[in-house]
Amino acid sequence: MALDRETVRRIAYLARIRVPEDALDGLAGELSNIIGWIEQLNEVDTEGVEPMTSVVAMEAPKREDVINDGQYPDRVLANAPQADDDYYAVPKVVE
Amino acid sequence: MAALTSLTLAEASKGLADGEFSAVELTQAHIGALEKARELNAFITETPELALEQARASDERRKQGNVVGPMDGIPIANKDLFCTEGVLTTAASHILDGFKPTYESTVSEKLKSAGSVMLGKTNLDEFAMGSATVTSYYGPTKNPWRGKSDKDLVPGGSSGGSAAAVAAGLCLGATGTDTGGSIRQPASFCGIVGMKPTYGRCSRWGVIAFASSLDQPGPFTRTVSDTAMMLQIMAGHDPKDSTSAPFALPDFAAALTGDIRGMKIGIPKEYRIDGMPDAIEKLWQQGIDWVKDAGADIVDVSLPLTKYALPVYYIIAPAEASSNLARYDGVRYGLRVDGDSLDEMYENTRGEGFGEEVRRRVLIGTYALSAGYYDAYYLKAQQVRKLISEEFSKVFETVDALLTPTAPSAAFAIGEKMDDPIAMYLNDVFTVPSSLAGLPGISVPAGLDENGLPLGMQIIGKAFDEESVLRVAGVMERQANFTAKPEFSAGEAS
Repeated sequence: MALDRETVRRIAYLARIRVPEDALDGLAGELSNIIGWIEQLNEVDTEGVEPMTSVVAMEAPKREDVINDGQYPDRVLANAPQADDDYYAVPKVVE
Repeated sequence: MAALTSLTLAEASKGLADGEFSAVELTQAHIGALEKARELNAFITETPELALEQARASDERRKQGNVVGPMDGIPIANKDLFCTEGVLTTAASHILDGFKPTYESTVSEKLKSAGSVMLGKTNLDEFAMGSATVTSYYGPTKNPWRGKSDKDLVPGGSSGGSAAAVAAGLCLGATGTDTGGSIRQPASFCGIVGMKPTYGRCSRWGVIAFASSLDQPGPFTRTVSDTAMMLQIMAGHDPKDSTSAPFALPDFAAALTGDIRGMKIGIPKEYRIDGMPDAIEKLWQQGIDWVKDAGADIVDVSLPLTKYALPVYYIIAPAEASSNLARYDGVRYGLRVDGDSLDEMYENTRGEGFGEEVRRRVLIGTYALSAGYYDAYYLKAQQVRKLISEEFSKVFETVDALLTPTAPSAAFAIGEKMDDPIAMYLNDVFTVPSSLAGLPGISVPAGLDENGLPLGMQIIGKAFDEESVLRVAGVMERQANFTAKPEFSAGEAS
């Protein structure tokens, strides 16, 4: 299935990636090629096949629901482009 | 000091134990080599001061009789996808500008605790997305091999910096990660040994995530026994990674008995693909003869779904990547590009911070997971993945290991295959199927092609049976007796 310019614009917005206007057509072509190549999977009969959800047959491990980490906001915030007290700072969200 | 950089890890370990040289001398020799090899661009960050400090501490431990193991004092490098406390960690992406983790990945921590010395962080494809180490924000890595080519060649990827560094004698071992072939294919291109263990064998904690159901750390070394030694330290259960296997580790070195008599080695006919170079075809036949001569039984097997592995991979890996890479939002670490609103800040940061291949894959993944397409693409891919995995399980009812080429070509020139993503993806045609099934695989250098470039053979095993993989690899290494050296070695161009 071919992706058009508008589809690329929509998924770029969903992915929150700014794509310049003049790159949309090129990307639409590239992504259509890749998706077209992927569609050979339709040749495989998967009727009734359970999708693979875990790679190695293993029970998901469980642990006690207790706090076992934390209490070091300075380390958590050490790489923040902008922080204020013990908070990440972002552009204003509500007026 | 050039001799110190041409030792194997085991030889260096013995030299340290016998007092022939100190960890500081060994480390200095490698720092010297590294400085002369900058044109390879194998490293994003060099950490010589840290290395010398660790080497001095190792010598001190040895003096006190407190050596912590065979890798105490051994200089290694980490792929710049492993978070290293206080040391810049980039994933070769602009979006992680300036990121210095406040924690250490489990695998690099294990190597650190084992006394090894970290020389630096190696180059890779951005977020490990690539097969040639050409998508790095920090520029491409050059393969130390050149053969008869007059062009600079790629080292493979994504762990190309680690592979180039080990091949050129800049370190005795290095870590890599393999999602669809990112350890095995560069090992083949650079004429060294590279192993992807079973999914779950090495902890993914602190490894920057690309595709979580596929990513697996593993070692690069120059010999199979060095691989066994390094894997022994890197592997093991980690409660911080919920997919880490809670199994006791076997003694990997003990698996190298050199005896494969009676082992059944499968040869999957679907790995003989159109357009495969004659040299690879011939070397594969040679490899089959080698294991046969060593007493193994050759069994022809069929894995009919092999050709669908790549398209399955190129749905699942981008889908997981689009989800994993959502965290790069300009808020918590790395690059921020301002905008008038929060959304605009996200879009600007990610638009500027991600390179073209990463953008392409995040968009494919977002599309495959978006409303209305999920069943057609993602669910379908997970179903075919299941069938591929079952196909392997069935074949492993009759064989102990599979023998295939590692990659469909030798190293190619930097710049080639750049304008055709699918041509680049085909590099991983022999490594992706076993990745989808989570199986262990190794690439062993087996010979040179007509241009003097190394080619690897791949051995694939059952889940958690690295021992058989290593055993066959050890025999393959002995039979191949691969002694060729790259044109660029230990910092000296020959």
